[in-house]
Amino acid sequence: MARAVPKSRRWLMTIIAWAIAFVIFFPILWTIITSFKTEGDAVLSPPDLLTAGWTTESYGVVQDRSNYFKFAMNSVMLALGSTAFALLLAIPAAWAMAFAPGKRTKDLLMWMLSTKMMPPVGALIPIYLIFRDLHLLDTRGGIITVLMLLNLPIIIWMLYTYFKEIPGEILEASRMDGASVGKELIYVLAPMAIPGIASTVLLNVILAWNEAFWTLSLTTKNAAPLTQFIASYSSPEGLFWAKLSAASTMAIAPILVLGWFAQKQLVRGLTFGAVK
Amino acid sequence: MATQHTRTLGRMAVAPSVLALFLWMIVPLGMTIYFSFLRYNLLDPGNESFIGLVNYKYFLSDPAFLSALGNSLKIVGSVLAISIIGGVILALLLDQAIYGRSFVRLMVIAPFFVMPTVSALVWKNMMMHPVQGVLAWLSQTFGLEPIDWFTHHPLLAVIIIVAWQWLPFATLILLTALQSMDEEQKEAAEMDGTPPLSYFRYMVVPHLARPITVVVLIETIFLLNVFAEIYVTGSGGRAGNMPYLVYFQGLLNFDVGGASAGGIIAVILANIVAFFLMRMIGKNLEG
Repeated sequence: MARAVPKSRRWLMTIIAWAIAFVIFFPILWTIITSFKTEGDAVLSPPDLLTAGWTTESYGVVQDRSNYFKFAMNSVMLALGSTAFALLLAIPAAWAMAFAPGKRTKDLLMWMLSTKMMPPVGALIPIYLIFRDLHLLDTRGGIITVLMLLNLPIIIWMLYTYFKEIPGEILEASRMDGASVGKELIYVLAPMAIPGIASTVLLNVILAWNEAFWTLSLTTKNAAPLTQFIASYSSPEGLFWAKLSAASTMAIAPILVLGWFAQKQLVRGLTFGAVK
Repeated sequence: MATQHTRTLGRMAVAPSVLALFLWMIVPLGMTIYFSFLRYNLLDPGNESFIGLVNYKYFLSDPAFLSALGNSLKIVGSVLAISIIGGVILALLLDQAIYGRSFVRLMVIAPFFVMPTVSALVWKNMMMHPVQGVLAWLSQTFGLEPIDWFTHHPLLAVIIIVAWQWLPFATLILLTALQSMDEEQKEAAEMDGTPPLSYFRYMVVPHLARPITVVVLIETIFLLNVFAEIYVTGSGGRAGNMPYLVYFQGLLNFDVGGASAGGIIAVILANIVAFFLMRMIGKNLEG
């Protein structure tokens, strides 16, 4: 429903909004543009967009030099692995709290949220030493477990708010009709729960993909995801901006696309259902 | 309603998550507390000995601690201020009838999806480079002296990078909240010619109180733990916060005891903040 607004005001607001949006988006846009320049053109100041020789060679160089796909594969495995693992624990928990709440369910949810308040540095040293002794440093399994635990509270909260919206009467009706718990899950609950679960998956993949504290401290090579890959560009080496840009573009593109699709779910998940 | 049977089943369903989170919280915390009372250096293994509160004494009297604490608070405070004030303004702007609103919205929230190591390096090199960066070029265009951000203002540079990531988050949440406001109410206010200030005071502020609380809570959790932006830009020396200092002590200086004491102090500080936040949010979420 569009409100009746004078044309002139509408245009003025449009121009202001576009200008601000452009400024905010500019670093990303600039990264994408730079990734298609030659290294020589990339460092020109003032930048020269008209006569630059456009090229995709940086993308090839990045792959050859540091094996981008290995890191990307790790990012995918960590994001999907930690999400699947977390769902395994979170779905039953959220289901139980939503449909058979006890007296302490609210407290339990708050407690889970409070584990997110614990700063990771309080756990860094022991986790590092435990991982070292169990030979879990730089393994996918180890970092998947950490990422799972890190996001478990958010996942449970988010699923809980979705499950709560499923009317309990439907479950009672199916129970009256003699459906077992298993059948109830498969035929009644699952179809209604799947959209919520999908949103939760999306959010968790984004969070796991971008997690940088634990992935930087616990991985070096074999299990290193894209966060670590990009960090390897932190020591400057001659002309490297085009390569850095190409690597960055590849690292953020998948999540940018997912994120744009997931805006609504993101709000809900990150605010623990308080803003919908 | 719930029978004994379903209640037992419910407990069994919740138990694995609770157990996992409990262990995740208590085991590392317990070990950190234990280590913090030891003289324990990774370069000198097998020589651990109990030294009481010495680690705490050293950590607390280290000038690096006060500076890290100050940097932590400055990062949280300024980024919160920027993202709340900027977020309210942007959300109000994007809630207007403008052309191409969904596209503008996409551009504004994009930085939130950029991984921290990428935003740190893109800003450090391509935006803030004192000679070839875009900001340097802009300064020169306006006849100003380019700023060497990471040499002269490392903390400010980190704050700008982090704010760039979190302003979109605040905007997204606040905009979502504004859009859930009753469209007819907005229209009525407009038809009645409500002055913008009264509109803001009596309609927007009450409606945004709760989402703002949520934004403050969530951003504080994440902002206290800013790490990659400092680590990757190499500005830990002067802009390092508590997480960076603990990381530095433990994994770069190999001083497990000292780092653990620092970790415990960070936990205590975070809990003081969390205590107030949870009370605030608890009140706000009940309603």
